Amino acid sequence: MIQFDDVSKRYPGGHSALNHLSFQVDHNEMVFLTGHSGAGKSTLLKLIMMMERPTSGQVFVDGKNLNRLSSRKIPQHRREVGVVFQNHQLLFDRTVFDNVALPLIIAGFQPRDVGRRVRAALDKVGLLDKEKKSPVTLSGGEQQRVGIARAVVNKPKLLLADEPTGNLDPQLSAEIMHLFEQFNQVGVTVLIATHDLSLIARMPYRVMSLQEGQILHGGVSTL
Amino acid sequence: MSANAARRPVKSKPSEPKTPGTGASVKPIGLREKWQGYWANQRLVAGQTLRRLVKEPASSAMTVLVIGIALALPVVMLVALANIEQLGRGWDGTAKISLFLDQKLSDADAQRFANSLKSQAGVEAVEYRSSREALDEFRVMSGYGDVLNSLSRNPLPAVVLVTPKASEQMAETSRQLLELLVAKPEVAQAKLDLEWVQRLHAMMEIGKRITLALAFLLMLGVLLVIGNTIKLAIEARRDEIVVVKLVGGTNAFVRRPFLYTGFWYGLGGGLTAWVILQASLLILAGPVSTLAGLYESEYSLIGLGFGNTVMLWITSGLLGWMGAFLVVGRHLSGIEPR
Repeated sequence: MIQFDDVSKRYPGGHSALNHLSFQVDHNEMVFLTGHSGAGKSTLLKLIMMMERPTSGQVFVDGKNLNRLSSRKIPQHRREVGVVFQNHQLLFDRTVFDNVALPLIIAGFQPRDVGRRVRAALDKVGLLDKEKKSPVTLSGGEQQRVGIARAVVNKPKLLLADEPTGNLDPQLSAEIMHLFEQFNQVGVTVLIATHDLSLIARMPYRVMSLQEGQILHGGVSTL
Repeated sequence: MSANAARRPVKSKPSEPKTPGTGASVKPIGLREKWQGYWANQRLVAGQTLRRLVKEPASSAMTVLVIGIALALPVVMLVALANIEQLGRGWDGTAKISLFLDQKLSDADAQRFANSLKSQAGVEAVEYRSSREALDEFRVMSGYGDVLNSLSRNPLPAVVLVTPKASEQMAETSRQLLELLVAKPEVAQAKLDLEWVQRLHAMMEIGKRITLALAFLLMLGVLLVIGNTIKLAIEARRDEIVVVKLVGGTNAFVRRPFLYTGFWYGLGGGLTAWVILQASLLILAGPVSTLAGLYESEYSLIGLGFGNTVMLWITSGLLGWMGAFLVVGRHLSGIEPR
């Protein structure tokens, strides 16, 4: 599903975020990505999202070579990847429903399909009764679940999460992780960047750890 | 407390999602659906942006008013010029040649000469006014009765008013007739009343050019005003733009609400300009009809007309759209998710 071939990313100014990185994530796999801050986790996710382009090497997502995608194709690529952010990236001037509906409206869905899909996604994260509320009125855990609903509403094959439990207490974190597990069980490939080691130690998934832009261990699929 | 609220729904959920296969596949939507969705989005954004402007009447009214006044100025000037032009056109056809006859000519000779002109080619009508009649008329019109009475002799010549035959090239044929008549020995001096109409036309041409230049400058101003307003709107919605781009919004999608906002501003300005124009016409209608009455004229003000009004609205809307378009491209490309 994801394949990095000898990928390096150097930022202007000489900082090297990723250093000849190669790994692979299979279809339907769930993988945790760990490492200290500055180890390159965010850069790795940004390359998959095409928020950055690699300095050298090649990134493949679902068989597509991202180097070959022009800037014009980036929106289409992003519609096929669901992303959950640590800071939710919700829009507070509109309702929960409208936040979740955004990717569908962007993709050009009909209003009736939008309603159906948004409610299905909200139901999955257990927020069906909050659709008319503003995200401001929700708790941190609920806001994160709105973010997850938005990430999956388009039914992506790949779900990325950048520190999805960063601001949550252990109990809520476990619930969020359980949610990701459920998506993985129905065939979504999930890649979660986190430094919550105690949490992932209790879960039976591959852990890939980064250090100074290189893979320390876990680069090979265990499936 | 928030933790509890958040926890409940997850636990109450069945561990298996209700719709099997959900999340596993991206079902591509058809071209027709995409097209329908595109237009649905256009309508949605048009409505949303309009509602947003109406919801903040204070700030948007300011911009709309500025645009309206800027557009009203050239529009009012153009309508004023059209009115003056109409005035000139009304008098084109009544141009007469005044022949001032030689004072040595006797009254009878003068009368005979006037009659002979009636058979002249290109002459529609001839009106003879003897020097005595001219003096009487002048005495009544001018109010210098006493002064004129004290004169030893009549200083005014006999006058023949010649109306040229109406034709397409009125000005040209009138001038030819004038040259013909001025050469006659009985005529001391001849004057074509068309001259002031031509001067008027020349002045109108200058007025038109000035109005066009002004309109151009003010339209440029409108572009800048709208551009600046949209720039501020983009800055205010920076977070939203980032999120939209993150979840796969194309540049066109991000641009759309701003273009519509610019369009609404422009259209609002056009409507305001129209209201200003109508108000000006309404205020002037009374005095103008009084003035026309004094000249025994049926003259009344002409407005912009239906076609030109629609034109004004379309132009102002497009102007707004363009003002937005000019800044949107430059500023949106700078806002990328980091």
